[in-house]
Amino acid sequence: MTDEPLLRVSALSKFYGSRVGCENVTFDLWPGEVLAVVGESGSGKTTLLNCLSTRLLPSSGTASYRMRDGLWRELYRMSEAERRFLMRTDWGFVHQNPADGLRMTVSAGANVGERLMAVGDRHYGRIRATAVDWLSRVEIDEDRIDDEPRAFSGGMRQRLQIARNLVTGPRLVFMDEPTGGLDVSVQARLLDLLRGLVTDLGLAAIVVTHDLAVARLLSQRMMVMKDGRVVESGLTDRVLDDPRAPYTQLLVSSILQV
Amino acid sequence: MMATPLVVSDVAKSFTMHLRDGVTLPVVTGVSFSIRAGECAVLGGPSGAGKSSILKMLYGNYAVDEGQIIVQHGGGLIDLASASPRTVLAVRRHTIGYVSQFLRTVPRVPALDVVAEPLVERGEDREIARAKARSLLAQLNLPEKLWALPPATFSGGEQQRVNIARGFITEHPILLLDEPTASLDAKNRDVVVELIAAKKAAGVALLGIFHDLDVREAVADRVIDVTAFAAGKIAA
Repeated sequence: MTDEPLLRVSALSKFYGSRVGCENVTFDLWPGEVLAVVGESGSGKTTLLNCLSTRLLPSSGTASYRMRDGLWRELYRMSEAERRFLMRTDWGFVHQNPADGLRMTVSAGANVGERLMAVGDRHYGRIRATAVDWLSRVEIDEDRIDDEPRAFSGGMRQRLQIARNLVTGPRLVFMDEPTGGLDVSVQARLLDLLRGLVTDLGLAAIVVTHDLAVARLLSQRMMVMKDGRVVESGLTDRVLDDPRAPYTQLLVSSILQV
Repeated sequence: MMATPLVVSDVAKSFTMHLRDGVTLPVVTGVSFSIRAGECAVLGGPSGAGKSSILKMLYGNYAVDEGQIIVQHGGGLIDLASASPRTVLAVRRHTIGYVSQFLRTVPRVPALDVVAEPLVERGEDREIARAKARSLLAQLNLPEKLWALPPATFSGGEQQRVNIARGFITEHPILLLDEPTASLDAKNRDVVVELIAAKKAAGVALLGIFHDLDVREAVADRVIDVTAFAAGKIAA
């Protein structure tokens, strides 16, 4: 554990014309910390995630990232090529729909191996061995390594996407509704897997979800968004057990009890 | 170690229910007490007096409206009432342990690892942590065939024993206990009484809620009467 954050976000805003995407978002993220961003559709959480991951450029505000060499870089002042390199190596992005994060027409092994080649590994045997290892860590049998993800179930595809993202040993992973659209039993398995991987690898993660149970299980800290603004933030269990903002109270009281 | 690792002064808590026209429910006010190392204090008072709310504020699980919660942490003093989430997490990892009334289970994690986890989080070797977890679960008479299973399907008493083992496995200098014996039989209640006595002997400051009179008699060095902190009647 270091006493320096990994990511510093200050007064970040994104406007679409006169419409607010997200407004004046400020927070720090430390290594090994999982931050959940919750809110309903249209609350700006995905806009925020896309700005942070530089898939979208904000209208104003800054975000600084501490690189592996310890130097701070301002994300929106990097060149496109530098940002792409960061995205391929030190960051991961897990999409809600695995088809957005995978290449559906190349094999599972190639999907994982491709990220390794992007960081300069050229040794076929080593790449394949690492791919096999990662498939087993996400509970995909070795004998599926040459199959295309098109032939995989939704849960398997999502696990493959996670392996593809984690194989380069990123320090920060963005996740957009990682369990959305999956059956409950598949969701539980994926959550448990993610929780274990995040802890074992000491990853920092920003997880966007509308599911408060997912937020509780995965994150230590939470931000609640409404209409593009952060209406409440704090320790995840504090926000869920003692919600203070009217909107958070509404969200928490809307959970169905099983 | 400091003789008084926890000092609570003038703490107040209320809930504002925005979904009910912003009505405010006062819970407690002017909460002041301290706990010494090696003693077990018990929060007393009827249901609804705010005993659990006080414990939850001390663990950072409920926000604090007013006052200070001064904790000896990492060689200094910090005010939990105004600490950042990151500081609260560090306090939970190293300084304040908590045995809640109910176990919040995580899918697919075996009971043994649920118990060992707080030690592993503090940097202990996983196998050493598991060995300690085994000995605690054995002491609490949890059948060995359950250790490798996730506790989600356990009975209330079995889950509570997993929860107790998880709370007692670490050497946190402060330990909060929210009715740890509520669903236990007499034999296992006695085990918990022994575990508490051992913590006291080790210099841990304990604060608990015990509705069971026998257990309370056996462990309490003094009772803190929560009705003294009443913030007015709750308007239903």
